[in-house]
Amino acid sequence: MLLRHTLTEVKERKALTINPAKTCQPIGAMYAALGIHGCLPHSHGSQGCCAYHRSALTRHYKEPVMAATSSFTEGSSVFGGQSNLIQAINNIFTIYEPDVIAVHTTCLSETIGDDVDQIVAKAIDDGKVPEGKFVIHASTPSYQGSHVTGYANMLKGIVKAFSKSSDINRAQLNIIPGWVEPSDMREIKRLANMMGVKFVMFPDTSDVLDAPQTGKHVMYPAGGTTIPELQTTGDSAHTLALGEWCTKAAAQDLDRSCKVSYDILDVPIGIKATDRYIMALAKHGKADVPELVTAERGRVVDIITDMEQYLHGKTVALWGDPDMLIPLTEFLVDVGMKPKYIVSGTPGKQFKLKLDAILKDAVPDAKIANGPQADMYLMHQWIKNEKVDLLIGNTYGKYIARDEDIPFMRMGFPILDRVGHSYFPTVGYTGAMRILEKILGLFMDRQDRDAPEEKFELVM
Amino acid sequence: MVDKKEFPNPEEFKKEILEKYPTKVARKRAKSMVPVSEEGTAPLIQANVRTVPGIITQRGCSYAGCKGVVLGPTRDIINITHGPIGCGFYSWLTRRNQTKPETPEAENYMAYCFSTDMQEENIVFGGEKKLREAIQEAYDMFHPKAISVFATCPVGLIGDDIHAIAAQMKEKFGDCNVFAFSCEGYKGVSQSAGHHIANNQIFKHVVGNDDTVKEGTYKINMLGEYNIGGDAFEIERILDKCGITLISTFSGNSSIDHFANSHTADLNTVMCHRSINYMADMMETKFGIPWIKVNFIGAEASAKSLRKIAAYFEDKKLMKRVEEVIREELPAVEEVIAQIKPKTEGKLAMLFVGGSRAHHYQELFTEIGMETVSAGYEFGHRDDYEGREVLPTIKLDADTRNIEELKVEPDPERYNPRKSEKQLEKLAKEHDLEFSGYQGMSRMMKKNAMIIDDISQWETEKWIEYYKPAVFCAGIKEKYAVQKMGVPLKQLHSYDYGGPYAGFKGAINFYKDIERITTTKVWDLISPPWDYSNGIKADLVSNG
Repeated sequence: MLLRHTLTEVKERKALTINPAKTCQPIGAMYAALGIHGCLPHSHGSQGCCAYHRSALTRHYKEPVMAATSSFTEGSSVFGGQSNLIQAINNIFTIYEPDVIAVHTTCLSETIGDDVDQIVAKAIDDGKVPEGKFVIHASTPSYQGSHVTGYANMLKGIVKAFSKSSDINRAQLNIIPGWVEPSDMREIKRLANMMGVKFVMFPDTSDVLDAPQTGKHVMYPAGGTTIPELQTTGDSAHTLALGEWCTKAAAQDLDRSCKVSYDILDVPIGIKATDRYIMALAKHGKADVPELVTAERGRVVDIITDMEQYLHGKTVALWGDPDMLIPLTEFLVDVGMKPKYIVSGTPGKQFKLKLDAILKDAVPDAKIANGPQADMYLMHQWIKNEKVDLLIGNTYGKYIARDEDIPFMRMGFPILDRVGHSYFPTVGYTGAMRILEKILGLFMDRQDRDAPEEKFELVM
Repeated sequence: MVDKKEFPNPEEFKKEILEKYPTKVARKRAKSMVPVSEEGTAPLIQANVRTVPGIITQRGCSYAGCKGVVLGPTRDIINITHGPIGCGFYSWLTRRNQTKPETPEAENYMAYCFSTDMQEENIVFGGEKKLREAIQEAYDMFHPKAISVFATCPVGLIGDDIHAIAAQMKEKFGDCNVFAFSCEGYKGVSQSAGHHIANNQIFKHVVGNDDTVKEGTYKINMLGEYNIGGDAFEIERILDKCGITLISTFSGNSSIDHFANSHTADLNTVMCHRSINYMADMMETKFGIPWIKVNFIGAEASAKSLRKIAAYFEDKKLMKRVEEVIREELPAVEEVIAQIKPKTEGKLAMLFVGGSRAHHYQELFTEIGMETVSAGYEFGHRDDYEGREVLPTIKLDADTRNIEELKVEPDPERYNPRKSEKQLEKLAKEHDLEFSGYQGMSRMMKKNAMIIDDISQWETEKWIEYYKPAVFCAGIKEKYAVQKMGVPLKQLHSYDYGGPYAGFKGAINFYKDIERITTTKVWDLISPPWDYSNGIKADLVSNG
């Protein structure tokens, strides 16, 4: 057994986190910044932070993830990181020539109290930021929230730096996706385009972290929201923010600073969340839903009605980020499954409230935990007490899946041991089909594996 | 393509690369980029100095070197990261250290990540209480034989006394060794500082705790072998076949019990000099165990290392057995070389990795006729390039001085020089055995080969353009950028999830992997058919 020490008896822990269902803020800021075209993320802290974040993102995307670091030493930790950051800004613009440097802080630079606003202002005064280039920043202390918070904070940094209102009213929407895959960003755009809605989406990691193999490496791939696009977001008619944890703060800031009204929606995972996204596009984009979109929806429903017997009553344990777990839970309930254990390391009171609302009739005894010590160890303990039929979560679930012999669908971050997530979406109606295909495949493979010879089915 | 017989003088191109840098950066980087002027000599190189802020570097931090590299592979210590969640999360199972517990019930915490997950209030009011509680909870739940604590950046800044807490908890428990590592990420200039910190604490708190003398005639420790992809298993197989008893490996496939007992070995063999030479030196001073540098990467190198070990024990029986084993193992290796070498001969490799791998893996490339045209370490020191004789001439800067240097004395009871000065001299003379020595990487490289310490992303891309190697060896952060250039990258940290590459069987695995990646046709798919010639393109346009 790989997790041979996991105890069945659940006892409250106050201090020790075991097998976390989250990681720290800066990696989220790095990922969000990669969704700006021509942007080099910069980690203001020790080298290790940058190395770890780049490694984790690279293992997940199997793509180059470029980012620089302030390379703190003991000296900079004592005297402050100002000279490191100013030097870094100068070196980055000289050597790597990005359009934007997106600085995020770390627990180190936050603890010593570096004022990045002031340091960047000084860099500009010192002439280290070339004409037409930008240094934006986000405060991302690792000891608050999670990687999700870091993503949200970098979006706030983007809004602060680029969103300005002018006299022009633009008949366009802002679409702010939460932390989803490049494939999902592509799908969110595709649906908006099918609806004929004009929009600016930020961030956009499609064509950045799913870049084609061309035989040429470019520091700044074709994708990402461009600066001119970002500069129009303050004049947009409305904002659709997809995923409360990741995007609410940026949408609110846009409203506050530029008077762009907003809707907070779920990430469009599953039928109903996608329906809500489509309805919002229709309403705020003043568009009709085209027949093609209706047909896509109909195909998902067709799979569900055809295959309902394999899904009904199946219990699921899932972990990951709130913005994924909430609509995913809703979808699983919609297809007749029973999400039984749900864990997120990311804090936030709304998590339990929202899930309770979804689950109160379908799975009243579901166990839900988030925040400190809501970890995969706890989830494993619950499973040891009462098994489930399916696991859904990031790659770390494979250890539980193997020990407990439970089918396992990878979804979330990070996925270190499979490809596909960056290419095939799980959002939208096509994403819902992919989720169904995966779940059904897992259950049917399991049935094929376990069926006695006389009960082995040809047709399923 | 660069001629393998004679490498071009890279000085001109070096200038072109440096031109891109601001003047001060260029001046600094110039000293870390030096060609071999004459084969067999080692040029002076700047190493183990700070990376310039803003440079995209391969390097990580002290915590990574300590918790990730040195302590990570030990299965029966509960390693608690004291800090915000990230550091523990990123070092959770990502280094591929394999381990095989003695029984299905034996302690093995490798698949677990333990963290205090410090929150803002812990940063403001101090994290000592939470750490104490976390250690208590780990003890109550698992009753491990050892718990260790690793400091992350904020811990040093807020002043949590992790060592005092560890000592108190150890005393409180009575049956659990608790110790701590001040390996905050900002210490030193790379992972290397963390290696040193790890060596110090393991030496202080574990080595020598168990005086039980294990059975065996030829007892050694293997230092600086981390069982990536099962390397340690293959080395264990070979040593076992030779009748050599492995008391402890630091730290591949290891148990803390092995460390505790390691001072009963009669020879320390050092694989990765960079990460573990401190331990070898300290054990020699305290217990009288001599050390030699070995290398089990490469079939020839493995054979040579076995012969060195046998020579040390001055035992005809062992020497005979070692020769028998080499004779048994080599034919399979040679057979594969014969098949592969015609396809790989003359191809160029570039290696930028680690603190020993950029050296060791050159042996494997040589065995299949490939040439290393450029190489360097991520976190090496000058002695890893130029040999240990330069140690007295290395100026200690502030970053190095901040890392504790333990004052070690001979143990009043247990110091037992395994060989007299005279014996060591005789062995050195008659068997070419070098004690406490390492020649470094540079002098094994060819004339004009380019040696680059702490290579940057910019330099990586430029040197690849210049040399157009058949394979580039580095790590995960470099992999896909290099491959986007159409050059296969072999990861030498994770082995691209393959291996083992150590020993005789490992050598075969490596040759085959290199043959595959340097001959695969998948790269030919990059150009679409409509991009082959202007003629076709023009056709399409005119028809459209």
